[in-house]
Amino acid sequence: MEIPRIPLGSWIEGGLTWLTTEYSSVTRAISRVTQTGIEVLNEALMWLPEWALMALIAVLCWRVASVRLGIGAVLGLAVIWNLGLWDPMIETLTLVVIATLVAIVMALPVGIAAALSSRLYRVIMPVLDFMQTMPAFVYLIPAIPFFGIGSVSAIFATVIFSMPPAIRFTTLGIRQVPVELIEAADAYGATRSQKLFKVQLPLSLPTMMAGINQTIMLALSMVVIAAMIGADGLGSEVWRAIQRLRPGDGFEAGIAVVILAMLLDRLTQSLRRTRK
Amino acid sequence: MDETRNVKIQVSGLSKVFGKQPKKALELRHRGAKRSEILEKTGQTLGLYDINFDVYEGELLVIMGLSGSGKSTLIRCLNRLIDASEGEIIIDGENIPTLGEKALLECRRRHFSMVFQNFALFPHRTVQQNAEFGLEIRGVGKTERYDIARSSLKQVGLDGWEDAYPNQLSGGMQQRVGLARALANDASVLLMDEAFSALDPLIRKEMQEELIQLQNKMRKTTVFITHDLDEALNIGDRIVLLKDGEVVQIGTPEEILTRPADDYVRRFIEGVDRSRILTAESAMRPVRATARSGDGPRTALRKMREHGLDSIYVTDRDRKLLGLLEADIASKAAENKADSINDYLIQDFRSVRAEEPMHNLFAMFSDRSFPIAVVDEENHLLGVVVKGAVLDELARAGEQ
Repeated sequence: MEIPRIPLGSWIEGGLTWLTTEYSSVTRAISRVTQTGIEVLNEALMWLPEWALMALIAVLCWRVASVRLGIGAVLGLAVIWNLGLWDPMIETLTLVVIATLVAIVMALPVGIAAALSSRLYRVIMPVLDFMQTMPAFVYLIPAIPFFGIGSVSAIFATVIFSMPPAIRFTTLGIRQVPVELIEAADAYGATRSQKLFKVQLPLSLPTMMAGINQTIMLALSMVVIAAMIGADGLGSEVWRAIQRLRPGDGFEAGIAVVILAMLLDRLTQSLRRTRK
Repeated sequence: MDETRNVKIQVSGLSKVFGKQPKKALELRHRGAKRSEILEKTGQTLGLYDINFDVYEGELLVIMGLSGSGKSTLIRCLNRLIDASEGEIIIDGENIPTLGEKALLECRRRHFSMVFQNFALFPHRTVQQNAEFGLEIRGVGKTERYDIARSSLKQVGLDGWEDAYPNQLSGGMQQRVGLARALANDASVLLMDEAFSALDPLIRKEMQEELIQLQNKMRKTTVFITHDLDEALNIGDRIVLLKDGEVVQIGTPEEILTRPADDYVRRFIEGVDRSRILTAESAMRPVRATARSGDGPRTALRKMREHGLDSIYVTDRDRKLLGLLEADIASKAAENKADSINDYLIQDFRSVRAEEPMHNLFAMFSDRSFPIAVVDEENHLLGVVVKGAVLDELARAGEQ
């Protein structure tokens, strides 16, 4: 006896087709807004001469973290500039910044809600597991019918892939606030929102920053992979190197990604420390 | 109790069951089941059962019991950090368990300040901002709440620490901040949940003294939770003793010490003495006057009169204790023109060694009111212990 195969794939495709046709106006609007955002930020960053942006980033690193990170930033960015990867680096940075912002804006309310409602928590956690364990490439495929080939699709996939840690850590941070502090706030007659803004959020900030750091790192890795669906930036340099079998070019672009990753990581980590 | 005092909070029939079917558990308890049986049959814990007591305006009421006695649950029912399963808590005419969400917030803001065992200070706020918390929640203006918080910090001796963060302070100082936060709020009732239990003994004692002084000044209605009978005796105007979620005895420290309601309370009181190793010696006073063997009744009577005594201990030349002479017997002896008091002595008094534990002295006072004689191995009279001295000593027990 033959067990019929579950047509899971065709169901999903049907669903996606329905979504793309029903909500085409919505996806087109999102696409337009995102595209504009990317272009504006890109142009702004590229309008600055390389040395000026380097100086700006160095000062930021120095103020937020340490002189060492400032010097490191100058050296690292100088290497990227020297390799002629400045423009792709800026494009990648733009994608990371926008994707991270969108992810955080969406993640915070969800994370807070999941922390405050146990029922929502039980629904959301498996969804997050799903989002995180699904191979990242898979998100690229539905992105194309929604937003077409290009950077907007890259951002869509990146947001989905990088959002879970921000949600998770926000929820964790709020749930970690000691019971007695919640009791203290309650005992003095705090309303829900007073409790949230005066006690729960400030106390979960360090944990939330850890989540945001993770989100940025995931966004960076995804933005590179998204070159496969036409995203600009360092990823497309790597992608081109693969297609032309040029390991040297590939590693150069890869090293640029590493430098960018380290800069972003150290910067956000120190943000977390100074905020304590 | 004192009829003239106003009742501030009236707790009646208060029960709390931890579980989903409180009715079932209460029903079982009603039919006489024990806590453990209820847990076994319904899987629910009976936290409190049929608690009744009043808190008077301006008194410091101590709720005391061991861990698991339900005292923390009880104090949390008062401001509804925990919802009671049954019963009433009336404060100024409002029944707290039935208040709506908004009314509850209002009630908490107006009536309750709370001090917590582990301080529960907000680590992200300075000492000043912590002290301002309650006022901030109530929407008091910036400058006003700054001034109020500052003066309450001053009151608890934290002048100059306003800008520090809680983690920079010692435990004792942190709890002062907790107290300042509560005082600044100026709610009508102060709830203190094991407020001093996390502090080391010296600091704890110091805080107790300060609380007593503050209390003398402010006469704030206070409900104080503790597991420490010494602390309860030291600071409480009245004590509610809890055991397994039920009230065992309510009374002043003296009432509880002298008339323990049952064996449980009695064992508790003995525990106090033993833990402090109080002995007869610590409550002993020097003998104000003794009569000599061979003294005439008139001499003995004069000595008693001079020192305001109803009875006098009689010793021989080496201060060895011979007996006790009562004033009325002495005057009869004088009427009979007796030469010596030696034939009129009674032996119906208690004598103990200096190292006798204090808790044993209690039982001795219950039947007779003579001072207890303290003697050494050779029956030399060292001193006497009077009833008041034992109480004093017990009340002071925490100080050591």
